[in-house]
This record gives sequence, structure tokens and C-alpha cells, in this order.
Amino acid sequence: MLRQVASRGLAVLRGAAASQRTCTSRVSSSSPSDLLEQTRRLGALSREYSTALNLHRNTGDNNPEVPFEFTQANLERVKEVLSHYPKNYKQSGIIPLLDLAQQQNGGWLSISSMNKIAEIVGVAPIRVYEVATFYSMFNREKVGTYHVMVCGTTPCMLRGSRDIEAALLKHLGVDRNEVTTDGKFSVGEMECMGSCVNAPMIVVADYSNGVEGFTYNYFEDLTPESVVEIVEAYRRGEKPKHGTQNPERLNCGPAGGLTTLLGEPKAPPCRDLSAC
Amino acid sequence: MGSIQRSARNATRAALSLQRSVNNGGSGAGVRAFSAQAAPAASAPPAGTPPPPPPPPPEKTHFGGLSDEDRIFTNVYGQHDPFLKGALKRGDWYQTKELVQKGTDWIVNEMKKSGLRGRGGAGFPSGLKWSFMPKVSDGRPSYLVVNADESEPGTCKDREIMRHDPHKLIEGCLIAGVGMRARAGYIYIRGEYVNERRNLQKALAEAYAAGYLGKNACGSGYDFDLHIHYGAGAYICGEETALLESLEGKQGKPRLKPPFPANAGLYGCPTTVTNVETVAVSPTILRRGPEWFASFGRKNNSGTKLFCVSGHVNKPCTVEEEMSISLRELIERHCGGVRGGWDNLLAVIPGGSSVPLLPKHICDDVIMDFDALKAVQSGLGTAAVIVMDKSTDVVDAIARLSYFYKHESCGQCTPCREGSPWLWHMMERMKVGNAKLEEIDKLQEVTKQIEGHTICALGDAAAWPVQGLIRHFRPELEKRIHEYASRELELFLSDRKLWPENLLEIRIWYHSNETLLEEKE
Repeated sequence: MLRQVASRGLAVLRGAAASQRTCTSRVSSSSPSDLLEQTRRLGALSREYSTALNLHRNTGDNNPEVPFEFTQANLERVKEVLSHYPKNYKQSGIIPLLDLAQQQNGGWLSISSMNKIAEIVGVAPIRVYEVATFYSMFNREKVGTYHVMVCGTTPCMLRGSRDIEAALLKHLGVDRNEVTTDGKFSVGEMECMGSCVNAPMIVVADYSNGVEGFTYNYFEDLTPESVVEIVEAYRRGEKPKHGTQNPERLNCGPAGGLTTLLGEPKAPPCRDLSAC
Repeated sequence: MGSIQRSARNATRAALSLQRSVNNGGSGAGVRAFSAQAAPAASAPPAGTPPPPPPPPPEKTHFGGLSDEDRIFTNVYGQHDPFLKGALKRGDWYQTKELVQKGTDWIVNEMKKSGLRGRGGAGFPSGLKWSFMPKVSDGRPSYLVVNADESEPGTCKDREIMRHDPHKLIEGCLIAGVGMRARAGYIYIRGEYVNERRNLQKALAEAYAAGYLGKNACGSGYDFDLHIHYGAGAYICGEETALLESLEGKQGKPRLKPPFPANAGLYGCPTTVTNVETVAVSPTILRRGPEWFASFGRKNNSGTKLFCVSGHVNKPCTVEEEMSISLRELIERHCGGVRGGWDNLLAVIPGGSSVPLLPKHICDDVIMDFDALKAVQSGLGTAAVIVMDKSTDVVDAIARLSYFYKHESCGQCTPCREGSPWLWHMMERMKVGNAKLEEIDKLQEVTKQIEGHTICALGDAAAWPVQGLIRHFRPELEKRIHEYASRELELFLSDRKLWPENLLEIRIWYHSNETLLEEKE
């Protein structure tokens, strides 16, 4: 009883305090710089709800005037991608083409690259924008040459992904979704990447060598120490061994020796198909 | 005394809400059971009819302990060559021509006989699903689409098939394609699986070069083309119509059904979307015979299945086991047991994040198949077992899932777009106990307002983990709320400066409870 009353009373108190706070914020001055600041804060607020801001503002290096062209080699790839879909459904190629453009562009999509793709598949640019904003693998702001993504969903969380991310952020000295000053690394959080039996895990998207050298490698069974080693190896320009980092494990098998599939696999028996 | 009354009232309320969830209780992901209508019919058999004969005793009472010879995926761990040479050694592409020439009806019938149920979560009988495709084309081509957008938290089985046994999937596509009278197929693989996609692409090129696909596939006279398409990180694209939208180059927003994809799917043509594992097991089933496959597991739940066990077990792993294996045996035989022993178990999510969790006392003897898990108000889903030991903050774990669904909601239907952030916000407060007791029921109410009111099952999937938490861990939620309130009260009473003099409510509250406060001192 006492506790219930207490929580009621406190709720009243909290409500009063909150309304006071909003009152004071409303009286704030409205000079242009303040307004700008407020808008920025609003942006930050909407970021809480979706991981990226779904709007575009022209900046020096990201506006429709900045030219974007696929390289000759990539134009071949564009042709190859489009060959998989019916001729009247070239729109199907938007996602693979955005991916290609992102790799060529060093890890992010500029507005002109999206316009270019709209031109190639013959749709209005908005059809490309809405796809680019919907899918979480498309970055519309610059990311590091090595974009590190930490899986934070429950199976990884249970095995300590929060420590992994904290160690990573501390080591690189950045916040989430921030690029290091040398432009080499950025850290983001992704939802389940489908490597749950090897949790916790990170992915490193390597944009250092364009489309040809693009890798998107999983690093699994991590500890706060091993994740730092991986980042350092990338910094040195090495290609650390991807997959599980637990020497006792074979991919998704149990640590310390398999419990199944011990012998050389044989072809299974086949019944007499002509008889059935 | 007041508190006893209150807890009695709470208990009744809990029981009521439990009953409510029994009535509306969900099953596997993607299936909505409107059992409100079915319940009275089942509970009241007409008087006078003789009791139904007792079911014949099951032939097998113990499941599990599959032998290596009976495993379909013999390269799950990647210790052998995943490509054509290795695949031929493991028995893939053997007599595929004869299987194709047996024709559509034979394939569909054999699949029906095997009792295979879809491995993507909903557990719909596969043979039946394949048979929904039109028998005679009206001029439109039919498509097979393989759902390799494996994003359900906890699930990582299709990944192992694609990177270590890609030929099983490709051969399965040909067989399923024939079973559906499809001339072309698309494998929609999630964007994050870049290395898996590269393996699959390499295997596909090998299959084309060997003449297994394309014109006159395997020399059978049947033409079949297979393409690989990929997404870019959206959980919702695992829903079949969202996947088709995404494949058409749009935002992955599920379509209203009907029309069902079997009538108008990809590019407006008849389409069937199936899971990777379902497709990949089909050639082996046809070669070894449906009776062989049906001999595993309980009736209506037959076969073998890839289980992914993650979380607080000593050795998490993916393993192929017999259906209907007991949960405890699965964990102890292959995963080295729960961290700290079986008694240290708190709860298990048995089928990927969308299904309600099970507390330890149910886990003790539950078996892993569609019907048994449905009977305990959960589901087999994708057979992704997430284990939580007693060190887990279970509210935090479910709150993280609520964040996941908030993040992945496509934003099309209001109940899910608005409701999933509500759930997350409330769960974040429940985590620390910053809530009122009534809000537990409000939380339950919000889940009920989402469930069943959206185009696709993501709304249901967001609701069920929270419902499971309230169903089994309500005392934990209440405890946190009480503890938080008393902490705040201590803080408040200890500092007179916090007491506002002019706030009427507080004074009334304080004076009316003076005796209580004295008692406490």
C-alpha cells in the first residue's frame, strides 16, 4: 500500500516538474542561430526514432551538381545486373545498382549517384531515393573507409555485444555513427546479422579498394580485446582472418570438437526411381 | 492486509490476462490463429456421441540422436569442399534428370507424403503450398522465389547451407521449380551475406557450366533459369510479399492479401516463396523416399531440422537433429549444456525472436516441434533457440527485441509503426521499474491492439515476446516497480528540500499517509 501511494505521489511530482521544464524551453529566444540550433536538435530527436535522417540537404560535396558516372568496368557490371530481370522491369535492379554505386563511391551514396541510377533504370529519382532511405545498408552520409558494424540484437547482447561496442568506441575515440578524424573508421550498430551461434560479432565493410576489393567480412566469437586487434590489423592495412576468432571452433560448430558429422560424408542411398 | 488484497487482485488480473492470451494465443510466426471461434466448438462435444477412440500409441517415444547417415546437410561446418566436386561426392545432382522427368504431380505428391512443413517459421505443409500454383498457364510465366533473407534474431541456418552446401540449394531450386511448373527462379539473399552470396554465385556458375541449369536442365528437356538477387538490410523483406516488393526494386512493404502470390506475385505472375531449408532438403527426400523422411519426429511434425542454439550455453552451435527432440537433450547433447548447469536456466526463446519465451519449468520437458511448442503458447518458428541463464536481465533482453521490432517496422500500418515504439518505450521503463503497476496491463493491452491489426505478421511478432514476458515474468516486472518506487520514496523522504510547499496534491498525499510513514519509521 505504502509503495503504491509513494509511486502515485511521485508521478504527480514528476509531471509538475516536466511541465515546468517545457514552459521554460518555450520562452527561449528566437534569434536565427537559436532557431537553427533548435532545428538541429529536432533532427537529433528524430534520429532517436530512425537510425538515419530521411532527408537530403545540399552540401558542398553532395548536391545534384556534383557529377557521378559509373566507371567503364562498373558499366559492364550494371549490364550484368540488369540482365537478370525482365526487360520491362529494370527497376528490380535498383538495390544491386545502389550497392554498386556505394562501393564505387567509397561507402556512401551521393544524391547524384541516385539520380544516375534512376536514369539508368528509367524511373523517377524519387523511386530510387525511397529505396535508398528504406534499407539500412545504404549510407547517405560519409562513413569511414572501414565501416565497422556491431550487431546488438538480443542473441549478441546476451553474449556481451555491449562490451564489444564500448571497447570499440573507446579505442577509436568516437561516438556511434561518427567517423574518426583520419576518416578511416566509423562504428554503427546493426540489427541481427544472422550469425547468432557465433555471437558476439561485428562486420567490417572495407571500402578501401573500390568495387574490386570490396569485402564485407564477419568477425565472430569476439572479446573486447580481439575486436581491438581486428581494428588495428585493418589500420595496418592487413586483412585479418575473418569468421570465428575462437581457435577451438570450426565455423558454426561447437567449441572443442564436433558432436556430429565426424567421418567423411558419404553419398546418401538412393531408392530405385524407376520403380516408384 | 491492503497489500494482500492488492496482490490477490493482481493475481486475478494476471489470470484473466493469461486467459485472454490463451484465447488469442499465437502460434508460429506468420500464422494467425483466430481460435476464439474454434474454442467453444472444441470444448463442447454434442452429448450422446461416443468418446473418440484413443489415438494409437506412437511407435517412437524418444526422439533425437540422429545418426550421421541420416543427416541431410553433411557439410554444415564447412570442413569439406562446398563446391561442385565436393557436392557430387556428397551425393548432390545424383539422378536429378530422372527426378525432373518424374514430373510435377509426382514431386508434389512425394513432398506431401513426406510431411515436410515449411522451415521458414510458419510451418505450412510444403507439398500443399507447391500445389497451389496454377496447373495451366494463362500466358504468364510462373516463378519460384527462394527466401534467403534470413534475419530473424537467433536464426543462422540458411547461412550455413548457402556458404557450405550451395549445390543442395541450387538442385533443390530445380526440383521445386519443376514442382511448381516454374521456368525461372530467384534466390533473394539478404544483403549482409556478401560472402555467402559469392559462394552461391560461384556454385551457380558451376551448375550452369555443367549443364544442370538453363536450357534442357540436366538433360531432362526442362528449361529452368535461376538468378540471385539481394537485399540491403531490412528484416521485413523476410515477409513473402515484402520480399516480392523488394525484388521489384521498391521499398519492402508487405502487400495486402489476397491476391495471394500463387495468383499474382512477382511481376504480377504466379509465384511461390519458400525458405532455403525447405527447398534444399527436397532432392534428398525424393531420392531417399518420403517414408524415410517421415520416420523422424512425431506425426505431422516429421523430418530433420537445423537447430541454431545461441545465448547462454557452453558451446553454441548449429546442428541438424531429429524433429521432436527434447529441448533439454538438444542443449545437453550438442551445446555442452546451459552455462552453470541446467538449474541455472532462466528462460528459453525456442523459435527465433518472434515467439514468446518459455520459463524453465516448461523447458524441463518440452519437445521441439511445431505442435508441442504451440501447445505451450510458443512456437517452433525457425528453430532458433535462444537460451538465457539466471544472470540475464530478462526484461532487458525482451526490451532489446522490442527495439529491434521498432527499428524494423516498415511504417506502413499504423498499429505497428506507432505501437512498436510504444512497446519499446514502455519496456525501457519496465526495465528500471519506472512505471505504475497498472501499466503492465496497459502494456498487454497495447500488444493486443497491435496483434492481428496489421497487414503482415511483423506486428504480431513485435507483440508476442512482450506478451510472453508478461505471461511468465509478471512478478519480476512488479518487483522492479515496487523497488523503484521505494527507492524514490527513500530519496524523497530523506531530503526535505525536495518537498514543494505549495503543491496541494503532495500535501494532501502526505497528510493522508502520515500514519503509514510513521509505521515505516
